Amino acid sequence: MNWKFTGDRPVYQQIMETLRGAVLKGELPPGGKVPSVRDLAAQAQVNPNTMQRALTELEREGLLVGGGTSGRTVTREQKVLEAMREETLRALARECAEKFMVFGVTPTQAAGLLLALDEVKEES
Amino acid sequence: MEQTVLEARGLTMRYHKTLALDGLDLALPQGKIVGLLGPNGSGKTTLMKLTAGLLTPTGGEIQVCGQKISPVTKALVSYLPDKSYFSSKQKISQLLDTFQDFYPDFDRERAENMLGALNISLDARLGSLSKGNQEKVQLVVVMSRRARLYLLDEPIGGVDPAARDYILNTIITNYDPQATVVISTHLIGDVERVLDEFVFINQGKVLRQGAADQVREETGKSLDELFREVFKCLPNC
Repeated sequence: MNWKFTGDRPVYQQIMETLRGAVLKGELPPGGKVPSVRDLAAQAQVNPNTMQRALTELEREGLLVGGGTSGRTVTREQKVLEAMREETLRALARECAEKFMVFGVTPTQAAGLLLALDEVKEES
Repeated sequence: MEQTVLEARGLTMRYHKTLALDGLDLALPQGKIVGLLGPNGSGKTTLMKLTAGLLTPTGGEIQVCGQKISPVTKALVSYLPDKSYFSSKQKISQLLDTFQDFYPDFDRERAENMLGALNISLDARLGSLSKGNQEKVQLVVVMSRRARLYLLDEPIGGVDPAARDYILNTIITNYDPQATVVISTHLIGDVERVLDEFVFINQGKVLRQGAADQVREETGKSLDELFREVFKCLPNC
């Protein structure tokens, strides 16, 4: 997992995003075991309390299940996984759109630019 | 139940004409990693020395785990001073012997394992090590005690970024929910990810105390930015 943090947003939220990303990328597959709070905290170099909080929040969202002595796993619920994927991509689109708006580019114009990227790829 | 590990009320410390602590009030719960942040001369080291029982306050009260400072509280507090108090001629194995003799809560095996991982020989003399390795050795012995309160005074002061990561990692992996770790530093950017709480201290008083993630959530600022903002408008710093 790629742990990078910025100082201007709560660390637990950034951890949640990284873990969601890991599930989407298949680094943490559905039904797979999630490392312990201690191991994850050491990997990410964050406070174990903060890691605990992020995992608890993801449990509340339904992405992670368990949490007892046997440890947590990633859910196998297709609905939950789909919803998470959808929400992550939407958030990415929103973030992207905001960046374009700074330069006065509307989402429609931005979509045109994205499509152009697709053509470049097909050519090469 | 959440217990208060450190409590100070109206804590005052005067060195001749200098007022180092000026009626400081502070309470720290257990199970937290707390950043004690303030400019030079704000009273960070004095507060730690009083908590460790190395100084007696001029006024006010201080308690560790609900008890007044005494040999009982000294057994609960593991203190890493900002200046080394170990002899540079001592071998590391002798240093471990001393800790074992003095502190029943010292976990020698743990210390030896951590030193082994650092490739530091137990036969080496402290003075023969690099500055970074000397600081690591001191941190290792202090963190190898099973204390309730760890006081780390500038633990990452003079070491390179890789050593800084090692030191922060040692603090995180030795974390115990029963204990609280207080880290004093002005290198806020380097420690802010590992902090639960922060205490801003200035001119011997607590200026602000809170949860690190809450500041980021409410202000969109890092602790480092907040620190620069809060201390910019103050005189004498």
